[in-house]
Amino acid sequence: MSGSLRRGALRWLRARLEASRTETTSARTLRLTVPGWSGHEAGQHVDVKLTAEDGYSAQRSYSIASAADGDGLELTVQAVDRGEVSPYLVEVMQPGDELELRGPIGGWFTWSAKLSGPILLVGGGSGIVPLMAMLRQRIRAGSASPFHLVYSARSPDHVFYQDELQDIGRRSRGVTIDKIFTRSGSLGDERSPGRLRAEDLPAASGEISPATGPTASDAAGRTRVYVCGPTAFVERATQLLIERGHPADVIRTERFGPTGG
Amino acid sequence: MSVISRGFGGRGSGSDPRVPPGQYVTDDFPVLSAGPTQYVDTEDWRFDITDIDGSRTTLTWERLMALPSEEFTVDIHCVTKWSKLGTTWRGVPVSSLLDGLGTEAEYALVHCYGGYSTNIPLEDLLDGKAWIVFEYDGGELDPVHGGPARLLVPHLYLWKSAKWVNGIELRLDEQLGFWESLGYHEYGDPWLEQRYIGD
Ligand SMILES: Cc1cc2nc3c(=O)[nH]c(=O)nc-3n(C[C@H](O)[C@H](O)[C@H](O)COP(=O)(O)OP(=O)(O)OC[C@H]3O[C@@H](n4cnc5c(N)ncnc54)[C@H](O)[C@@H]3O)c2cc1C
Repeated sequence: MSGSLRRGALRWLRARLEASRTETTSARTLRLTVPGWSGHEAGQHVDVKLTAEDGYSAQRSYSIASAADGDGLELTVQAVDRGEVSPYLVEVMQPGDELELRGPIGGWFTWSAKLSGPILLVGGGSGIVPLMAMLRQRIRAGSASPFHLVYSARSPDHVFYQDELQDIGRRSRGVTIDKIFTRSGSLGDERSPGRLRAEDLPAASGEISPATGPTASDAAGRTRVYVCGPTAFVERATQLLIERGHPADVIRTERFGPTGG
Repeated sequence: MSVISRGFGGRGSGSDPRVPPGQYVTDDFPVLSAGPTQYVDTEDWRFDITDIDGSRTTLTWERLMALPSEEFTVDIHCVTKWSKLGTTWRGVPVSSLLDGLGTEAEYALVHCYGGYSTNIPLEDLLDGKAWIVFEYDGGELDPVHGGPARLLVPHLYLWKSAKWVNGIELRLDEQLGFWESLGYHEYGDPWLEQRYIGD
């Protein structure tokens, strides 16, 4: 992993907002240009620093949403009620405005095309962000690894990357995308809205299913699982995954914050 | 040179001398772990102390409970930027586990259920600077926060305060632990903002 080979300090870099895209009524994607950016692996994050006129500054972590792409990178931020940093990033910052960031950070919650074998991504709320980077990286790299995304959002209006996900689900072979809604769903949904349940998650491969026998990834390698979201979501999802037969040591987690999502 | 983010005011909460640089205060108790929460029964709980000559002392839960413990209140600082002030814990000082050994070790590699590890200079674990804690805020320590027992080294970033601990490997040389091998700082002093390698 390149993240683990890095030596020397992570410098603060100047980043400029190029453009932004509205994802939901309270979230947006920021496209930043960061001269000197060294590239990143899907799943890594940056530390963002905002400094006020009077010198006061605040730092927070944000996952990188985009696949590696020169000196550009995208973050997707959910505005948290009465938050200090996220409302600025979602509502106030204008194209041309600047912030500082450093990274990439995190050499554990990462995926690259060098990893063969099936992948299960489980995201809740803004926890979709680093998982989207993995999905985008898979497509960019032309990897054939089977990917299954289970994305939990409050309602269809709270889904990030709506069109792109639909497009990927339709066009990319080997990618399965399941959305589940916790508060309210769409007309005609088979699943009634509610928190993540065991049956929303695929069972571990290697389990004998009466119809087909052991599933494909059995001998080839166990499914790697990445879970990201608010702490309560990650706790619930990991316990359910273990119930579904996924060994604890294949599950990697990233916890974003106390509540919400 | 500092880059001003136009239109950012921040909470400008003033500078509380208890809060290290780059941190903010939270009343929540967020969680950082690399994988699933470990659930360990106290009946099965073991804690191995391995000295540099390979000799090993094993502690059961019963023996840990029989040791004198203390309640103390400290501030904690997570590398993901939150700090929590005035948290109250109960635990056994690490020095009372190690004092009898007369070890010549310089470093410790702390091991955990689930495979996590973290490295700490031995002197940072002694003299009332670190505890094996099993109570938080007057109640049993929740598995999400490292129960039944975690290390607490409040003067370093909280990833050093390993959850679900099951042993200390005493060493002459420093071997990097889990996050320390993945780009995080080998020591992790929040007052020097030692978050990542090279800070
Ligand atoms: C590794 C990592 C990656 C992250 N990636 C992303 C990302 O890609 N997109 C993203 O939107 N956020 C992400 N976060 C969360 C982000 O760092 C901030 O915590 C979040 O934006 C809130 O900051 P704030 O300053 O607006 O709120 P604060 O001023 O810090 O908090 C205000 C209030 O909101 C609550 N709160 C804090 N954090 C959250 C949260 N995450 N959800 C709900 N309530 C919260 C607090 O308890 C407090 O009551 C990530 C966090 C980590 C640790």
